[in-house]
Amino acid sequence: MPRTQKPTNGRARRTGRRSPLASVALIAIGLLFTGGAYAMISTSTATAQTETASQQTVSEGEKLFAANCATCHGLSADGTGSGPSLIGVGAASVDFQVGTGRMPMQANGPQAIVKPVQFTEEQTQALVAYVASLAPGPAVPEAEYLDAAGDAASGAELFRINCAMCHNVAGAGGALTEGKYAPALDGVSPQHIYEAMVTGPQNMPVFNDMNISPEDKRDIITYLKYVENNPSPGGFALGSLGPVSEGLFLWIFGLGAIVALTVWITAKSN
Amino acid sequence: MASDETSGKDLTAADSSSVEHDTAAAGTAVVARDAVANPGFPPHRPRITDLDPRAEKRAERTVYTLFYLSIVGSIFAIAAYMIFPIVPEDPGSVRLNNLFIGVGLALALLALGIGAVHWGKALMHDEEGVDERHPVRGSDETRARAVEIFQEANTESGFGRRTLIRNSLIGALVVFPLPAVVLFRGLAPQDQDPVALLKQTMWEKGTRLALDPSGAPIKASDVTLGSSFAVIPEGLMDLEHGRLEEKAKSVVILVRMKPQDLIQSPERAGWSYDGIVAYSKICTHVGCPVGLYEQQTHHLLCPCHQSQFDVADHAKVIFGPAKRALPQLPIAVDAEGYLIAQSDFLEPVGPSFWERQ
Repeated sequence: MPRTQKPTNGRARRTGRRSPLASVALIAIGLLFTGGAYAMISTSTATAQTETASQQTVSEGEKLFAANCATCHGLSADGTGSGPSLIGVGAASVDFQVGTGRMPMQANGPQAIVKPVQFTEEQTQALVAYVASLAPGPAVPEAEYLDAAGDAASGAELFRINCAMCHNVAGAGGALTEGKYAPALDGVSPQHIYEAMVTGPQNMPVFNDMNISPEDKRDIITYLKYVENNPSPGGFALGSLGPVSEGLFLWIFGLGAIVALTVWITAKSN
Repeated sequence: MASDETSGKDLTAADSSSVEHDTAAAGTAVVARDAVANPGFPPHRPRITDLDPRAEKRAERTVYTLFYLSIVGSIFAIAAYMIFPIVPEDPGSVRLNNLFIGVGLALALLALGIGAVHWGKALMHDEEGVDERHPVRGSDETRARAVEIFQEANTESGFGRRTLIRNSLIGALVVFPLPAVVLFRGLAPQDQDPVALLKQTMWEKGTRLALDPSGAPIKASDVTLGSSFAVIPEGLMDLEHGRLEEKAKSVVILVRMKPQDLIQSPERAGWSYDGIVAYSKICTHVGCPVGLYEQQTHHLLCPCHQSQFDVADHAKVIFGPAKRALPQLPIAVDAEGYLIAQSDFLEPVGPSFWERQ
């Protein structure tokens, strides 16, 4: 036992001094710091910035588009029989669809399903820049609405009125018609939640800023993150799916226990 | 020996019943003879606890241990109630309180029940026997005596003779429940006709469409393509009382689609505005709020019983138990660009009721 412990101790001490990841972390912190400072200075001009994305990024995105998206959406992104036109869908739509791995679609079906993300962050941004350059559309949301630090109670009310019928009151998702479904919302990044509301991906309706203002969207995100980070005080939530999972649980374990007890009571003792 | 005894007893029981059947007067009943003979009880098999005294001791120990465990469970529940009190505004404390009290009570009841059943099964005598139920019909003397008592009571009280007293008593008993009928009727709306209440909503000519819950009016230009708005009549949130009742009738779903996607019958041609349509959100099946709008198919799904309505085609039912299309709210745009209602719904919203045409 002591012999096996010794090397682990040694390793722990070594990692305590300098990890091979330390330099990576240092660079990441430095980048975050400078990036954050830059974002703070330039938030007011963020939309202008996306509009003036460098021509190089746009042409990069055009190449990626031609190689990966044009089969369905057409070489000039104006749509074909198997894919809708992307003119005017805006940066937010592309960032959502590509950033969550829904696009490029694996196969035509009732609904584009979430897959592992197919592009790197730069490639996604290039695609975003290219599609956004075609025609004006909803931009990628600004960071001030994504901090999940709004009013969770107001967000909950808005969520119940506008979202809960499809996405379930706890954001656990639910079934729609003919194989379509509203996905679960836990683990979805605030940016993607915001973009989905603005753009209405697939069969989700659009919730524009006149319907739900950016501050209200921030509250909704706050509510969803609150639900995600605070476990249900009632104990096991069983997926928060309501009567489906709860009924099934009772049916199997509750009735099962009653049947087992009945068999035991009426069986003859040996 | 025991098995012989019981089966013999059973046989005589069967015999005696058949004898009784045979003595019934001819023509009064058709006696169905059992085609399958009663096999009687299976032979008695002694249990381990009958044969092995150590097993008997063990079973006894199990039973009293379970009963002691039940005592422990009850005391545990009391202790849990004191140790884990419910702290207001702390949902976690409710969970602990419920959990531990529940565990204690479950232990107390389950141990009690399981111990009792185990006692009955393993230790109590398990030889089966038949106890004859005494006949339901009383003896002739008892029956004659009962009739006598009734007659005596009648002559002594004069119930049959003093008809005025008897009839007034019956009258008093008949009238007594009437106050309850009147009192319970008082719980229903008094001065309003319930049919009229169900037929009309808060919408009237010129009422602006407003956002739920803020109550801000909606401009036609706010409703972009593919949007879905949860709508209430403007002024609903200012109501002093009856706000929920009004809201339950007047909520509307407002969507916009391409005008060429919209199918419109000639008589409803002026009810929409540039692809914007408004429909009652109350399902015509049993009144659930229908809100699951799919913006590409224009289908509206009711979450309760899966009725589907085609918003592009007059919200007609395309699937499910609903029988009628969702009522459409005729809308227009006022001088300032806000969406307004042209009138109330032209038919009652929600599920069918008794006086609906």
